[in-house]
Amino acid sequence: MTKLTDLSMADALAGLDNKDFTSVELTEAYVAAVEGGTSINAYTTQTPEKALEMAAAADASRAAGTAGPMAGIPLAIKDLYCTEGVLTTASSHILDGFTPAYESTVTSNLWRDGAVMLGKVSLDEFAMGSSNETSFYGAVENPWRAGDGKSRVPGGSSGGSAAAVAAHMAVAATGTDTGGSIRQPASFCGLVGIKPTYGRCSRWGVIAFASSLDQPGPITRSVKDAAIMLGSMAGYDAKDSTSIDTPVPDYAAALTGDIRGLKVGIPKEYRLDDAPAEILALWDQGVDWLKAAGAEIIDISLPHTKYALPTYYIVAPAEASSNLARYDGVKYGLRVPGDSLDSMYANTRAEGFGDEVTRRILIGTYVLSAGYYDAYYLKAQKLRTLIAQDFENAYASCDVILTPTAPSAAFGPGENADDPISMYLNDVFTVPASLAGVPGISIPAGLSGDGLPLGLQLLGKPFDEETVLRVAGVLEEAANFTAQPNNWWTGDKS
Amino acid sequence: MSAGKSNLIAGATGDWEVVIGLEVHAQISSEAKLFSGASTKFGAEPNTQVSLVDAAMPGMLPVINRECVKQAIRTGLALGAQINCYSVFDRKNYFYADLPQGYQISQFKQPIVGKGTITLDFLDGSTKEVGIERLHLEQDAGKSLHDQHPTMTYIDLNRSGVALMEIVSDPDMRSAEEAGAYLRKIRTIVRYIGSCDGNMEQGSMRADVNVSVRRPGEELGTRCEMKNINSIRFAQQAIEYEARRQIDILEDGGTIKQETRLYDSVLGETRTMRSKEEAHDYRYFPDPDLLPLEFEQSWVDELAAELPELPDDKKNRLMADLNLPSYDAGILVSEPEIATYYEVVAKGRDAKTAANWVITNLFAALNAQGKSITDSPVSPDQLGQLIDLITDDTISGRIAKDVFEVMIKTSDDPAKIVEEKGLKQITDTGAIEGMIDQIIADNPDQVTQYAGGENPKVIGWFVGQVMKASQGKANPGAVNKLLKEKLG
Repeated sequence: MTKLTDLSMADALAGLDNKDFTSVELTEAYVAAVEGGTSINAYTTQTPEKALEMAAAADASRAAGTAGPMAGIPLAIKDLYCTEGVLTTASSHILDGFTPAYESTVTSNLWRDGAVMLGKVSLDEFAMGSSNETSFYGAVENPWRAGDGKSRVPGGSSGGSAAAVAAHMAVAATGTDTGGSIRQPASFCGLVGIKPTYGRCSRWGVIAFASSLDQPGPITRSVKDAAIMLGSMAGYDAKDSTSIDTPVPDYAAALTGDIRGLKVGIPKEYRLDDAPAEILALWDQGVDWLKAAGAEIIDISLPHTKYALPTYYIVAPAEASSNLARYDGVKYGLRVPGDSLDSMYANTRAEGFGDEVTRRILIGTYVLSAGYYDAYYLKAQKLRTLIAQDFENAYASCDVILTPTAPSAAFGPGENADDPISMYLNDVFTVPASLAGVPGISIPAGLSGDGLPLGLQLLGKPFDEETVLRVAGVLEEAANFTAQPNNWWTGDKS
Repeated sequence: MSAGKSNLIAGATGDWEVVIGLEVHAQISSEAKLFSGASTKFGAEPNTQVSLVDAAMPGMLPVINRECVKQAIRTGLALGAQINCYSVFDRKNYFYADLPQGYQISQFKQPIVGKGTITLDFLDGSTKEVGIERLHLEQDAGKSLHDQHPTMTYIDLNRSGVALMEIVSDPDMRSAEEAGAYLRKIRTIVRYIGSCDGNMEQGSMRADVNVSVRRPGEELGTRCEMKNINSIRFAQQAIEYEARRQIDILEDGGTIKQETRLYDSVLGETRTMRSKEEAHDYRYFPDPDLLPLEFEQSWVDELAAELPELPDDKKNRLMADLNLPSYDAGILVSEPEIATYYEVVAKGRDAKTAANWVITNLFAALNAQGKSITDSPVSPDQLGQLIDLITDDTISGRIAKDVFEVMIKTSDDPAKIVEEKGLKQITDTGAIEGMIDQIIADNPDQVTQYAGGENPKVIGWFVGQVMKASQGKANPGAVNKLLKEKLG
């Protein structure tokens, strides 16, 4: 018999509806998996008692016929989401002991629909990173290991989320994506990750990294699971001024499998000269799959693509430098005393923030400084507008855009540690969509020569997650990605 | 002081001109804060009016309070200023313990209100136009309490996030008196439209004062800014002191350093707070948590149509329609409550008489009791009734003053006081005649004086005697007329 933890969300919901098992049973299986998987270091806080309580409530609601669309599904929550009464750290030392008195809108929506919280999962500190190595609570390991048996990073910043889902320590997880933080770890861990349109999911109660880019989204094992979970997470929220008041469609219903006549754009600027051959080959394979399914392939141009990374690494640190000013030792979290207010600030922030966060605060402070603002921040904003226009122009001739998700498979721990620029290059394919605010999804599409997952990315029109998901569903079926990581973390090879 | 008069300050080496610009921070009279639903009531226990947003809890987001936007638009309209239907909120970044977010949400490049003009009024009836540079919306900070603990500072966040309008003037003022008139005028305007209570003692209106000096006709000098002054008198004292300080430095061959200074109202002097080199780099940038603030011109038009009569319009109307002198009209419109009070008193009555009663008698009585017009023991209806009693000859003007004294103490209606105290004027000629006959009979000498024409003023003495005999209640007109008849 299939283990309960091997079921997709859709199958688990069917099993619960069919009374094959209860949510408590499902949750118990996951609690055990979480306890058995600590060597991956995905979870920063486990909440098994809360999980079982929520599971029991879900079972009761199912018995009463009032079950929500995600009733009884155990989830991992990225530790960037504020959860009432549960330690919330952003994987940073500076939030030591911070337990919010409030629940983020997105997690509230999930609990409203009956989902179950297994705990909080690690991330790059304040979501700044592409490898989950900058967490104060230690690096997270990718459940996937290369053929040589060496460790790999899970990607980031939602690395804990992706690792937990890939290791079947959660049915699915929430992530957040600022420049690729959902899509890249999904790609590295053989999962589906969707970053919805900016404004689709509320940012209220999600600790801010770069406000104009941050967007919550799910990391799941299938496209259908992503559709179900996004439907719960999304929605207008008056508490977030950048939230958009537009109805949430039935995303699962959009997965018709029919993409005949749909126009798929292939941006020539994404064909990097130094991209690994296997990445380009997978991309070509994706084109063939979609063509075979009846889509029309169109060559498009996103001419400002090469400016996306430098633009992103000005805009995001600028906002972060301001967003992180509130962590000053005065109100909550870490305080390292000093003999004056200024020295208390300096001591607290020097000890509380890791190197990558410090680096970005410094960059952000610099680009906003008098005399540099126009040359950096203002210019970056203008480029951002041009990048957004690239997409607008492209969508005049196509419905979705197909690209690789990341320029490589998961790399090894420490490989990019001494070179922030090469680390930042991981986001080269994901950042443009973040700057433009358009939705993007990563779908596992094949394995690298090393036996590691590789993802393809689909980008869509604003608020057209339905088309993105529909095409993703077709790719998923064509790719038939069934590989699983070797279960090294429990020693259970079954 | 009028625009035409000289405002120059004499120095040892010649005359100097002081140039003043003011930034007024006016707290919007709203129930809730600019970006959160927390209450804004003054005087609550520390940290009892703080939302998660005001405390800058992680993940919290600002949402604009439409009421505050409305009040900013109304104030802009009242300042005769341009309303910008598109404006942008920026973050002003700096670290301070009572600034929980580490930035203040303000408006930097694109404020909600642009250029306008207000007219200052002076006691001699002259006026002066002062330009308004802009008005923008911003959050207030919290308050640091340094006196609660020997080594620690406590923070009260009740004010954190409260909506302020920063009203920036052009550097158009040339004396402390003009600056005072400007502050009074701004206060009058915001109080008329109810966008701010103008209470400087409670800090709901504060001023940053920029002062520089120059030789008449020359380029602007280097300015110093005195922050957070919470009374008009202190603002004027700070300007006087600062202008003199700068003149002394320049006349000694020194130069003025641009800096932020503090006015010490106890010592009556200004001193350095921070120099230009120490000035913050605020790293302004558009707040990514907020969309640009956009609204329709039709809303502005609607708010303009609903504005109450503004002080200048009211003053002009009092002068044109009621023939009041500029001085009287200026005083009566200086506070909306005074104007409202006056208009009730004056309704259907002689405007000048009503003005005299309010300005002279009522204000003197209120001053003596330390009360404001809103807690006047005499209601405007009662004061009007008193005037009516004079007009219909029930009492004389003299008696009316006595009745008014009683009204101030008891808040009783004038008719009741007149009745109870038997102060009703004697208009019965028979009774007056009786008193006159008696006085004539008792004072043959004076009668002779009058008849002989030696002393025509003696008639006044007779009037006085009759009034005395009647305890002031005899109708003075009737007394005069009868006396003349009787004395031939």
